Amino acid sequence: MKALLDDEVDALFQALADRTRRDIVRRVAGEGLSVSDLAADYDMSFAAVQKHVAVLERVGLVTKRRVGRRQIAHAEVGPLRTITSMLTELEDHWVERVQRIDDLLAGDEPAGSRD
Amino acid sequence: MPVTDTTQNEETLTLTIVAEFAAPPQRVWDIYADPRQLEQIWGPPTYPATVVDHSLEPGGRVTYFMTSPEGEKFRGLWEVTAVDRLKRLEFRDYFADEDFAIVESMPGSRCIYTFEETETGTRATYESVFDSVEGLRTVLEMGVVEGTTGAINQIDDLLAQQ
Repeated sequence: MKALLDDEVDALFQALADRTRRDIVRRVAGEGLSVSDLAADYDMSFAAVQKHVAVLERVGLVTKRRVGRRQIAHAEVGPLRTITSMLTELEDHWVERVQRIDDLLAGDEPAGSRD
Repeated sequence: MPVTDTTQNEETLTLTIVAEFAAPPQRVWDIYADPRQLEQIWGPPTYPATVVDHSLEPGGRVTYFMTSPEGEKFRGLWEVTAVDRLKRLEFRDYFADEDFAIVESMPGSRCIYTFEETETGTRATYESVFDSVEGLRTVLEMGVVEGTTGAINQIDDLLAQQ
């Protein structure tokens, strides 16, 4: 976790040390969910789920947007990225780019020139 | 599989990709020398690139923007530092603002591309060296590379390492 300060890492771990909070982060990745929808699936009060979301918000793992009367929670997983995972993501990107170069070069061949 | 080797160096924030192409160096070089070809390979289909200025010579600039599926434009520019035609291309890749001025607060990366003739075509080596972790993170968060789920799956790995 060289990409983060020790204090930030401590706060992240504290936020993620709770099973419900880890579950919330997973569920709001990608599409995002309203706090009410989230709360419906847990055996606890709406207020308790709201508190969990607030803890995740404080460490920057979740952001909330207001859409009308609903609050939509989204996961912000940037802080969880390690240097290794970032280099690996970049590598995947490069593999795709090299494939595009290869496709472009393959397109040079006039149609029907292959035996 | 055109990519034959990849090397990551966490200490120096460097990624090196080696690829073998079944085309002579002249043809591979043309991709970089021709802005219309460069924009075909620079960004993924979901974030198509448009090259605006294109001067592939030492001191020259290549400016481009990538358009997100939502229509948002991400601008960048190359400051070309060294060109050895058909063999080597070096430039610094920066984030740019709406006027294609370098965003000084966002560290860029140094790119060194080398091309060697082989019996079957061309061996290309692409090296990207990042100035800082923040620069690397921003490149990924431009949406050019999407890896949200990968990061989420790390949560349990992180907790397991405690």
